[in-house]
Amino acid sequence: MDLSLSTRAEGEHTVVVVGGEIDVYTAPKLREQLIDLVSAGSYHIIVDMESVEFLDSTGLGVLVGGLKRVRAHDGSLRLVCTQERILKIFRITGLTKVFPIHGSVDEAVAATD
Amino acid sequence: MPTVTVSFTPLPEHVRTARFIAASVARRAGVADDVLDEIKLAVSEACSLAVRFNLAHAPSSPVELRLIEDPESFSVEVADSVGRGAPDADGELAFDLTTDDDRVDGVDLSGHERLGLAVISGLVDDVKVEYLEAGSVVTMTWPIR
Repeated sequence: MDLSLSTRAEGEHTVVVVGGEIDVYTAPKLREQLIDLVSAGSYHIIVDMESVEFLDSTGLGVLVGGLKRVRAHDGSLRLVCTQERILKIFRITGLTKVFPIHGSVDEAVAATD
Repeated sequence: MPTVTVSFTPLPEHVRTARFIAASVARRAGVADDVLDEIKLAVSEACSLAVRFNLAHAPSSPVELRLIEDPESFSVEVADSVGRGAPDADGELAFDLTTDDDRVDGVDLSGHERLGLAVISGLVDDVKVEYLEAGSVVTMTWPIR
């Protein structure tokens, strides 16, 4: 399955719903989406990864890039993920300490308030 | 020692194919189901690195994926065609991708290499990386239950 992306507003947050596989081939599409959002003034981003089937370090790189971009505007980038197979790579690379990871979009929205 | 060898043009779109072939052969070899996701991720990391290196320095050379089944173990070898030394272990991990792709000669891929190898080492107990004149070979081995 290829990468699917959709966005919606939740108050002052923009939720990016990601589905499918994030790897060296598809990660540039996610990076483009995050860059476009920040360029358009969305600095509080929630990436909903519940439908992500695969994520490797290229995808992590894109998320870290997004985090740096929103932080440059005093913004935030929060992740929603409960899938063990996806969380594992965040733990291996120590990124669980870098990203706030939430169990639901509602939780992520509440946390940023 | 049944072996499947796949040779593919160093393009990002083929990495997905490589990890699916690896998982499929691993499943057939008898690797436990709960290990298949790890194999997919480790193969994706190794193949992504090989694709990046060959694209940047040897774009006409294919990436080689060898899947080797023993009675006791399942091994994956990923070989690129770029002779080099091991990356400096103390260097930074390249989390941020600043360019659209790495199809630029002379690009420094050591940060990507450290990150990819860090993930592989975190996933696979038995991993070996050889830096040969003809290129590097990452060998990862999993036990068969």
